[in-house]
Amino acid sequence: MAKKVLLIEDEPNIIEAMSFILSRDGYTVHTHENGETALDKIRAYPPDLIILDVMLPGRSGYDVLQDLRSEDAISDIPVLMLTARGQTKDREQALRIGANAFMTKPFSNAEVRDVVQKLIEA
Amino acid sequence: MAQTGKVGGRIRDRRMDISMQQAVLAKAVGISASYLNLIEHNRRNIGGKLLNDLAIHLDVRAEWLANGAEDTLLSALQEAASSSSENHDLQPPEELAGRFPGWAALIVEQADRIASLQDSMAAVTDRITHDPALATALHEVISSVTAIRSSASILVGQEVLDTDWQERFHRNIYEDSRRLAENSETLVSYLEAPDTETGLPIAPFEEVQEKIAGLDFHIAELEGDKPKAVADIVGQGGFKSDASAALYTSYLTGYHQDAVQLPLTQFALSARENNYNPVVLSRIFNAPLAQVMRRLASLPPDMDIPPIGLVIVDAAGGVAFHKPVEGFDMMRSGGHCPLWPVFSALSRPDQPIRAVAALPSATQSHYQCYAVASSFGEVGFDTLPQIRATMLVIPVAAENEGATVPVGMACRICPRDACTARREPSIVANIAARL
Repeated sequence: MAKKVLLIEDEPNIIEAMSFILSRDGYTVHTHENGETALDKIRAYPPDLIILDVMLPGRSGYDVLQDLRSEDAISDIPVLMLTARGQTKDREQALRIGANAFMTKPFSNAEVRDVVQKLIEA
Repeated sequence: MAQTGKVGGRIRDRRMDISMQQAVLAKAVGISASYLNLIEHNRRNIGGKLLNDLAIHLDVRAEWLANGAEDTLLSALQEAASSSSENHDLQPPEELAGRFPGWAALIVEQADRIASLQDSMAAVTDRITHDPALATALHEVISSVTAIRSSASILVGQEVLDTDWQERFHRNIYEDSRRLAENSETLVSYLEAPDTETGLPIAPFEEVQEKIAGLDFHIAELEGDKPKAVADIVGQGGFKSDASAALYTSYLTGYHQDAVQLPLTQFALSARENNYNPVVLSRIFNAPLAQVMRRLASLPPDMDIPPIGLVIVDAAGGVAFHKPVEGFDMMRSGGHCPLWPVFSALSRPDQPIRAVAALPSATQSHYQCYAVASSFGEVGFDTLPQIRATMLVIPVAAENEGATVPVGMACRICPRDACTARREPSIVANIAARL
């Protein structure tokens, strides 16, 4: 059965490109574009991996991640965080609140595929 | 030296600071040691010659012995000292203010300036770090780049895409590239025109350059048979400092000489007839090549003159003057690409150099460059000549190129990865390599 990836990102063309490459790798990709309702989506559709952008409309990815880690039912889902800010403190913050991996935009498709595979197989 | 409120105390403190015996000082100024003792304990008033003599032998100013340093100067010095992060073994400020009031005032002035600059820097840093408008603009740019990169990678991948997907990703790249261009322009405009005054001081060079640029590098008041006096033009310039006025005076004086020797109408006509070739014009007008280049760059745009840029650098590579032209803007702070002909000219004084310089990946990328280095200033047996190089920069179409010199503006933003002149890694090259 195909593994499920939930991509929470608000840029339509990034969503389309990432959905394409991950679908091509055999994953079932669902997408969501809003931080405020992201947890509802996760609860309703617990994926095997979440790709979570930091800057989202409604609520930041950091806040979504913090709440995710405090809910037992969904707290174990691995999360790959995406951000346009690559400073050390951003990376440290993401990892401190429970991100499993952290990628800085602009990333390569190969990097994304590699990290997604590692996180899902872990 | 301990802080003492009266003249006698200041005499005693200073004498002890320099380890001078009371008897020695008393003898030096022609009084008894006991009388000096009374003075030092403020039991005798002194002034006039005796005060001056004591000041001389104590190596301080008589005013300081009489009045002490001004409170404001002292407190300002103490404030300046307290702002230092280092634990210097500082003498009390009274001694500095008394003995070297000029230096003390300079320290206070510089401490004020440092504080002002720190405030400005904090404002700029805060703006960059926390400004939501800037963060949003940068986020937009990076998001566009990410989408373009991802879509482009899919298109150039090994897997054959069906037509529908190809069209979709092509369209996405087109949309994102347009968005990137718009956001980049927004970002540049935002950075160029801050909506709040940061208080950053402007250097005299920049102030004068802005003034000249505002006149399109053409000083109409110095042209023709009845030029205005340089001093009058400078006087109406509204400069913020004497240094700026002096720089502008120097520039206008040189401009006036050029205008007299190369009359505008005659020179512009000849320049057009000879395709703005400075070497040819130099022969026709029997004028130095550098002067012809300066004159070409000062022709008014309303005479249907093509865009012409100019840069003048000193022997250390510092930019003494520059007139930007589309795609070419040699910023004043160092870090320039050494491959520009103007720098080659420095090593070959009086040898004209002509080359087409090619910038990487710019809208306007090719420039016909003419450069020459020449000495200036007074010549003497014991005086080394000062060298300056002048380079004329005329944008040309890429297809006109013959042999070109690959150049950049600065290593930091130059994507040429196989450049032997590279001084530091490029952030552009890093990004390009990842795309």
